[in-house]
Amino acid sequence: MDAIILQVLNGLDKGSAYALIALGLTLIFGTLGVVNFAHGALFMIGAFCSVTLQRILNLSFETVDPTKTDFLGNPLKVKTPYVESWFGPEMGSTIIDWSVPLAILFAIPIMILIGFVMERGLIKHFYKRPHADQILVTFGLAIVLQEVIKYFYGANPIQTPAPEALTGVAQLTSTIVYPIWRIVYFCFAVAIIGAVFAFLQFTTFGMVVRAGMADRETVGLLGIDIDKRFTLMFGLAAAVAGLAGVMYGPINAPNYHMGMDFLVLSFVVVVVGGMGSLPGAVAAGFLLGILESFASMKEVITLVPGINQIIIYLVAIVILLTRPRGLMGRKGVME
Amino acid sequence: MSKLNVTRRGVIKTGAVAGAGLALPTYLSAASHSGYTNAPTGSTVTLGFNVPQTGPYADEGADELRAYELAVEHLNGGGDGGMLSTFSSKALDGTGILGKKVEYVTGDTQTKSDAARASAKSMIEKDGAIMITGGSSSGVAIAVQGLCQEAGVIFMAGLTHSNDTTGKDKKANGFRHFFNGYMSGAALAPVLAKMYGNDRKAYHLTADYTWGWTQQESIAAATEALGWETVNNVLTPLAATDFSSYIAPVLNSGADVLVLNHYGGNMVNSLTNAVQFGLREKVVNGKDFEIVVPLYSRLMAKGAGANVKGIFGSTNWHWSLQDEGSKAFVKSFGTKYGFPPSQAAHTCYVQTLLYADAAQRAGSFNPCAIAEALEGYEFDGLGNGPTLYRAEDHQCFKDVLVVKGKDNPTSEFDLLEIVEVTPRAQVEYAPDHPMFAGGSLGSCNPGA
Repeated sequence: MDAIILQVLNGLDKGSAYALIALGLTLIFGTLGVVNFAHGALFMIGAFCSVTLQRILNLSFETVDPTKTDFLGNPLKVKTPYVESWFGPEMGSTIIDWSVPLAILFAIPIMILIGFVMERGLIKHFYKRPHADQILVTFGLAIVLQEVIKYFYGANPIQTPAPEALTGVAQLTSTIVYPIWRIVYFCFAVAIIGAVFAFLQFTTFGMVVRAGMADRETVGLLGIDIDKRFTLMFGLAAAVAGLAGVMYGPINAPNYHMGMDFLVLSFVVVVVGGMGSLPGAVAAGFLLGILESFASMKEVITLVPGINQIIIYLVAIVILLTRPRGLMGRKGVME
Repeated sequence: MSKLNVTRRGVIKTGAVAGAGLALPTYLSAASHSGYTNAPTGSTVTLGFNVPQTGPYADEGADELRAYELAVEHLNGGGDGGMLSTFSSKALDGTGILGKKVEYVTGDTQTKSDAARASAKSMIEKDGAIMITGGSSSGVAIAVQGLCQEAGVIFMAGLTHSNDTTGKDKKANGFRHFFNGYMSGAALAPVLAKMYGNDRKAYHLTADYTWGWTQQESIAAATEALGWETVNNVLTPLAATDFSSYIAPVLNSGADVLVLNHYGGNMVNSLTNAVQFGLREKVVNGKDFEIVVPLYSRLMAKGAGANVKGIFGSTNWHWSLQDEGSKAFVKSFGTKYGFPPSQAAHTCYVQTLLYADAAQRAGSFNPCAIAEALEGYEFDGLGNGPTLYRAEDHQCFKDVLVVKGKDNPTSEFDLLEIVEVTPRAQVEYAPDHPMFAGGSLGSCNPGA
């Protein structure tokens, strides 16, 4: 029983990342009608916002410690971060320790800006082109972005640890423990998803966007500049993916390839959830996350060898055969 | 009486076959007059460095390339000479190889077997490389080794740790300086038994490819021989990024040790996940839970950060070694690049010197003469103590380092500390050992 509960928790946790990325993907598809293969790269850039802030906070000045030597036998250069000299060692190290949560504030404007530039600079030129063209150009963009990140940060993963206070495990029952940061990540994902839904549901802006998603032409005829709002939605989707990346850093060390690792899975999530359906993307994200976790159990692998590698695609095939529009897909979208 | 039927389709077919024949790789025909592939005719000789320049091991590949460039510089008489001054053989004198200046070309393996073969093939056929070396993966090493055997050039393997490279997939034209999974197990198991006791239950997570399988088999056999029980071995996909669903079952499995047969990004993520799940604070069967990483590299340790502290593993070489060879190499490399070399850099540098030395001693670039010069060759002064290139399988036998993640690193490079230098005798095995069975070297192919 404990094993099952743990795998459900793992699934919710994995599903959080899938759901956040898929939410942005389907938001872009639903509003702009663009199949954005560069969305995984936005998740990766978010994680590297965290790496960047960590590096900024660790900018140091060097002093020479004559009592110690480096690997070449020269006097050792000791690095002291500026924040520690400005705010004192204790406060300075606390600021560095909390660099991941602080990176949320750092990442939001950067991700929105990147979203704007991507949409205005490149993707808007492909609105009226076939989906195949959109896929090619956004996939190419994703490769360019990841190579740029690799050029500046290298190919090796870079640790962005969670704050000391949020590391370790929480004792959920007498026999079940679970990493605190993963619980934080799940709660964060739920909060972000809730905020996006509330924004779309309860604000005038959101109402116009939803109306535009349902019938873009009619909204345009009412004199509303729906394109401008959709551009803002692209920025919002980029921010959601970026924040998912920032918070994911302590779970798995960011590397330039992490966007691609999530991209294909997230697309499957969107398709299973139903193209253009926001609740569908979220539900499918969590569902596939849980199924993937269960498929990784030794007992399941013994029963069906290799199931852990194909489960998501298997489920996608079954759902698309039985419900061609996905779990919550709308009529007329991608048909 | 026979009748000759000439049809348009027949002419096209015949033409295509004839064209394909004419387009056969040059190494199958053009070099035959000289007796071996790519025999150097001018004043230079070209070596092919096939390393991952893109993909997940690009950083390791970059370090390998730095080492190769340094080796070429030293072979041509530049720099401070590095290990040339400590190498037991004095055949090399800084005037290139056999009087020819050493030049090089590079290829990108991308850590993909097909890409690595394509880049090696291109270096052999287009650039005239007489030797191919490099790589950061056993799958790639085995693939390229096979290609070099067919092409008739020597392959000096880079970082490849699978038993199969010099086991069932060994080739007469291929040579490995790096240690292997069996050696890791043989060196590590006694240290683990000493530190953690003989009554332990181990749970293995294993990367699902050639290196992972042989590494798991080796470490399980070595620890079981000392009394440990292997309670489970779960194969994980190479593409896995989040290992939480593989780690969670460990918590209630009754195991008190987790062995991570992972390398590169897999190792960084699985170790990070294991630490997140509080395994290191856990007490099972009345003992502290322990994690073991059989194969360490400094670059991986850097990726895993503070998670490596106190965790045991093995490594082929470490920059903190204090023998004359290691000190000379670290000084050369550190002065040129500003940081100490990795074990991948070390093995690549040494392989280049060993190839050059063998050619010099053999008095020829003929792959078969070089193979003969390397087979059964005993040498010293290259950082691992007295070393033998065994003739039967082309595997180097030397001391193996057991290392531990350092508790208080003084720099970003100071991540591992040497716990024990396991003597060569303890990691040796018979050429027909079951873990290495199933293949044969075959005979040397000079390509002509």
